[in-house]
Amino acid sequence: MNQDLYTAGMNTAAGTLLLTAVLVVWRRELRAMVMLLACQGVALAALPIVDGIAHASAEVIGVGVAILALRGVVLPAVLLRLVARRGPARRGPARWVPARRESAPVVGTSLSLLITALLTVTAFAVTRPIVRLQATVGSMAVPVSFAVILIGIQVMATRRRALSQTVGFLMLDNGITSAAFLLTSGVPLVVELGASLDVLFVTLVLGLLARQVQAHFGDSDVGRLRELRD
Amino acid sequence: MTALLVLPVAAPVAAAVFAAVCRNRRLNAAVAAAAALAIGACGLLLAVARGDGPALALGGLLRADALTAVMLVVIGSVGAPAAWAGIGYVDQEVAAGHTTPRRVRLYGVLVPTFLAAMATAVSAANIGVMWAAIEATTIVTAFLVGHRGGRAAVEAAWKYVVICSVGIAVALLGTVLVYFAAVHAGIPASRALDIDTLLAHATALDPAVLRVAAGLMVIGFGAKAGLVPFHTWLADAHSQAPAPVSALMSGVLLAVGFSAVLRVKPVVDLAVGGGYLRTALLVVGLATVAVAALMLLVQRDFKRMLAYSSMENLGVIAVAAAVGTPLAIAALLWQVLAHGMGKTVLFLSAGQIQSAHGSSAIAAVRGVLARSRLVGASFAVGIAVVVAVPPFAIFGSVIAVGRSMTEVGLGWLLAVQGTLMVVAFAALASRTVGILLGEPEPSAPAIMTPRSISLALVIGIAACLALGLSAGPLAGLFRDAGLMLAGVR
Repeated sequence: MNQDLYTAGMNTAAGTLLLTAVLVVWRRELRAMVMLLACQGVALAALPIVDGIAHASAEVIGVGVAILALRGVVLPAVLLRLVARRGPARRGPARWVPARRESAPVVGTSLSLLITALLTVTAFAVTRPIVRLQATVGSMAVPVSFAVILIGIQVMATRRRALSQTVGFLMLDNGITSAAFLLTSGVPLVVELGASLDVLFVTLVLGLLARQVQAHFGDSDVGRLRELRD
Repeated sequence: MTALLVLPVAAPVAAAVFAAVCRNRRLNAAVAAAAALAIGACGLLLAVARGDGPALALGGLLRADALTAVMLVVIGSVGAPAAWAGIGYVDQEVAAGHTTPRRVRLYGVLVPTFLAAMATAVSAANIGVMWAAIEATTIVTAFLVGHRGGRAAVEAAWKYVVICSVGIAVALLGTVLVYFAAVHAGIPASRALDIDTLLAHATALDPAVLRVAAGLMVIGFGAKAGLVPFHTWLADAHSQAPAPVSALMSGVLLAVGFSAVLRVKPVVDLAVGGGYLRTALLVVGLATVAVAALMLLVQRDFKRMLAYSSMENLGVIAVAAAVGTPLAIAALLWQVLAHGMGKTVLFLSAGQIQSAHGSSAIAAVRGVLARSRLVGASFAVGIAVVVAVPPFAIFGSVIAVGRSMTEVGLGWLLAVQGTLMVVAFAALASRTVGILLGEPEPSAPAIMTPRSISLALVIGIAACLALGLSAGPLAGLFRDAGLMLAGVR
């Protein structure tokens, strides 16, 4: 693979990462948010795959394919089941129907997008020591990872549905994984394996808990969790 | 040596597999307690047999030094009574019809898995593996926090998983940056996260990148240690979890989270100078003590009160780590062990009071001592331990840290921290007096304690007293850990 193609591939993937994150902030349809998350997973997997092809490393390509399967397919599928499940729960005290849209926004769409823009600028500022240390194609795109991380936290802080918060968490995790691939060609395999297993289990746990929240509180709006206070 | 490193991880894993197969839940709990004892025994043997450098096993995956030995002893000494008390706890839940057979089995499997994850975290040679093990504790304990079911437990579990996962993700970003700095400094990728390699090459790491990384790690691992700003899960989770699980979370999990900070501290100190982490830990530690003291003042729930007391202790421990002299670090490890033991008897006795009254409101409980001497005495001893009353160990440790603080010119901070600790002491002591003393109302329920919990309480009280009188064979271990983590050797 020649250098121009490599640069273009890495930059396209990094750009898609950021674009999908911004679109998640914009959209309020739960299913659309999960689909955008899947696109982000594909863009994330493209980073090691392009890198692996460029450096003819089968191991890195293999990691990329595994990432593609986990973050592009498996995790979004787990979340989609939460949206798609129709009718009352099999167990639990209350009957519930899954919500399709985010509930009344805590922060309006235009203000949210403005905050996203500010966070992106912040990401470029805080990553200056990293970019200065190593000026490769990958490191130059690292501000994008930090922006995705910050936007993920923003989604978690401003959305109220259990599912949207899970999407925010997975965006945060995608951002961290992309930083690992952009800075180096990914962390050692044993660490990557541990991190991937952890994110899979956390998603499953959050999915199960989201169902319990829905069953007990009659709604997946976690803003209603107000039983515990001092 | 290899056996001593592998057994602390292998024994609880075996206990978890056993619990998944065997249907006798009492036997399962006893096996889990035995596994915890094995962890503690390995910690003691590692302390006795340790050489000059760290011991490695399994091709360099596991690593043990003085800090590992201390943490294994802590896991064992809290884990054994807590797992054993699980027998009585589950008996009571079954008798009251609060639980289902499926939940009981899950409880039996998850408790030893929790122990295994913590043992892995403290004996990992690679900070990436350590990170993954700490994250695994969140996953395992999610269902233990929500074990009792109902709205409050589900709410606590949701908040716990969300806040801790975000916190620990922040620590992963810090770990990735350390890895980047290490690879950039020419360390081969396969060894770039090994603690020993990082220590050996610490001065070659880029200080600017490591500063960002260290900040992220303090915030991230601090989340699992209950430190500000990601501390909000702590009171909810501790108050909703079953009593033995609260003991494990408060007594060990917080300490395991903090041990991750202690692990990376020598590397960061070498790379960017000692002042950076000192400032960060002082800010975080003092803020934690302040938040805990204020919340203790307005507390109306005794389990939440105990949770905020844990926060206060961890804040004090963070300040001691910031001071960073060998004496301060040895003292903070002593406090970790004493706090773990104190919190074990506290949460187990609080669990008995709660199950008798069906409530954890402070206002609902009076005259415990008149109704059950053992439960009342355990509660009193536990509170005395965690508020640093002599002769218990935390008193000695707080004095030692205070001395170190004046030595390094932080005397004014000692005054601030001392004031906050007095506030916390007053709040805890006055509420404890209300709970324990006084004439119980005629309608007050009797406090029945199952034999397994009584045994755990008696052993716990004895251990608290013994540790207060003398650190015994552990004194040398604490001293060596202090010298090692302060970077003296």
